[in-house]
Amino acid sequence: MDTKDVSGFPLALEGDAVPMVSFRKVTKSYGSLVVLDSLDLDIAEGEMVTIIGPSGSGKTTVLRMLMTLETINGGVIYVDGQPLTHMERGGRLVPADNRHLRTIRSKIGMCFQHFNLFPHMTALENCMEGPVHVLGLSKKEARERSEELLAMVGMADKRDQHPSRLSGGQQQRVAIARALAMRPKVMLFDEVTSALDPEVIGEVTNVIRRLVSEHHLTMLMVTHQMGFAKDISDRICFFYGGRIEEQGTPDELFGNPQKERTQQFLSAVKEAT
Amino acid sequence: MLDWRWDFTWEILPRLLVATGNTLLAAGLGYAIAVVLGLVLALAQRTPFTPLTVVVRETVEFVRSTPLVLQIFFVFYVGPQFGIRLSPWTAGMIAIGLHYAAYLSEVYRGGLESVPRGQWEAAKSLNLSTGRTYFRVILPQALPPSLAGMGNYLVGIFKDTPMLSVIGVAELMHTANAIGSETYRFLEPFTLVGVIFLLISLPTAAAIRLFEAWTRRKLGMS
Amino acid sequence: MSYIEFLSQYGDRIVSGTLVTMALTVLSALLAVAIAVAAGLMRMAPNMAVRGVATVYIEIFRGTSLLVQLYWIFFVLPLFGITLEKFTAGFVAVGMNLGAYGAELVRGAILSVPRGQWEAATALNMSPAKRMRRVILPQAVLIMLPSWGNLLIELLKGTALVALISVTDLMFQVKQINGTTFMSAEAFGTALVIYYVLARFMITPFMRWLERFMTRKMGRA
Repeated sequence: MDTKDVSGFPLALEGDAVPMVSFRKVTKSYGSLVVLDSLDLDIAEGEMVTIIGPSGSGKTTVLRMLMTLETINGGVIYVDGQPLTHMERGGRLVPADNRHLRTIRSKIGMCFQHFNLFPHMTALENCMEGPVHVLGLSKKEARERSEELLAMVGMADKRDQHPSRLSGGQQQRVAIARALAMRPKVMLFDEVTSALDPEVIGEVTNVIRRLVSEHHLTMLMVTHQMGFAKDISDRICFFYGGRIEEQGTPDELFGNPQKERTQQFLSAVKEAT
Repeated sequence: MLDWRWDFTWEILPRLLVATGNTLLAAGLGYAIAVVLGLVLALAQRTPFTPLTVVVRETVEFVRSTPLVLQIFFVFYVGPQFGIRLSPWTAGMIAIGLHYAAYLSEVYRGGLESVPRGQWEAAKSLNLSTGRTYFRVILPQALPPSLAGMGNYLVGIFKDTPMLSVIGVAELMHTANAIGSETYRFLEPFTLVGVIFLLISLPTAAAIRLFEAWTRRKLGMS
Repeated sequence: MSYIEFLSQYGDRIVSGTLVTMALTVLSALLAVAIAVAAGLMRMAPNMAVRGVATVYIEIFRGTSLLVQLYWIFFVLPLFGITLEKFTAGFVAVGMNLGAYGAELVRGAILSVPRGQWEAATALNMSPAKRMRRVILPQAVLIMLPSWGNLLIELLKGTALVALISVTDLMFQVKQINGTTFMSAEAFGTALVIYYVLARFMITPFMRWLERFMTRKMGRA
């Protein structure tokens, strides 16, 4: 199946409880290596979903495709009811052009494992960049919004520092503020604590906890921090071999895993921690 | 406007091809001198004898930072001032050989520096003489990283041969100029010169890139 | 005639030649930078025709020698209706030649900017143009500065060739002086020293200063 053969998919999702994010039979492969195998995944508005699984299981790919950093080879991804990877043309779905991608992409924000702050800008300038140059806000509005967000992540006093002067945990918090400044409807967190020293992981997880409790954003997170995932997630998805092997509430998945692979993975992780 | 005369083109082509042979000869000889002299200059900068290293270093910098065409004039005209007559070919070869020796010495220096310290230390622990160390251990390892730079300068020296025309060496540019002055037609000679250069330099550059990739593969990408 | 006498008699011509050389260097540098950025970016464009134009330009100007290009621009272009005055022909030839080399520097530097930066800009939904202007190019500039230092010295050396189309730069002046006095060592030797001073004690320190300035501006220092 390739992206062109999407005749069976709806032009838009309608109804009462339209999921904020919806993967429908999404496939991704690199040559002969299949990374995602006909994935079906719905995320409701305001839901916090964590994806766990061994490396190579496709978890990061899910996030990267949602952020349009990777193309898909089959199926359709919908965001807020509208197709992301495709667009409507003459009553049919065709692969999305760049303009369409940018329109839908504006609803999604992402934080990366290696922060990816712009080194030639201060923390404040990093946060203002998107609002001013993409959203068209005035510098004054952008600054107010950015300062508020930097204060929320506890980085207000470092707003005039360049990333090279900040620790990993501090940079990641600025990165979160930067993504939030775009007021996305969906936030993606791609292993945001994996590159941090253990003692500063708490800084970042606390910020995310606050986000979850105070803001009902739809969030999708990939992490190895099982305890953290258990605390804040509404649902956990265990990925294996490009498919969802098992999913459920944290209590269900961690407390009573049904599938053997899930049990193996969880016990291996427990041994490591 | 575009008044290209093909009959004229065919007429002058043999003369230009002979001149191309001269160009290739000049480039080849000059490069051969530069390859050997460059290594001497690079090694001279690594002796413990400080006055020598400093003098060589400054000389290399001086030659690299000044125009080749000026150096060619210098070598050709200064000799007679002190009683030594050099033919255009000899003067040209000395100037271009020295100029590119300076460039190549920098390339070799980079290659030598890229050989890990541990290699020197291992050679010392085996009590190898300095000569053996360089010959059997260091130089073979310094060579692959240097090949890229050496290849670039081979193409470079070929493209710089027209400068020899200013002292009368009958290479391609000089011949084209002569044809132009004789017949008052510059379009065909100069364009042909450009085409001939492209026909030689582009495939050579491509071959060098392929060679680089091949050597990298042979060494397991190290 | 001693060297001092030589300098006092011909010094003013040498100085005027040096000033012309410096002017040529600055003008060709400006042209080379403009062309390098344009061609470098064009080489990375998604449109094949745009890429092709840039590639052809770069390969031609890198594959033939500056002297050939100079003669072509000065002697052959008039046949196509474009007659350039010799000073202009001089810096245009040098600028276009070194702009081709510069284009590869620009492209290489842009490709060296870490992937994460491109992705972060995309995640902020920046348009490709904004992303290039605000995020990628500033970082690429810092990466390419050292190589541009070498290129500028090549540019300085390249300007010497314009003497062959009778532009009255330093090279031309000392060639004239040699022609009348046959004091080759003094004439050419002085010129060599002046070029060396311009390269080692003006261009190189300027580039170092520029590197420090840009590093501070980019908050890296």
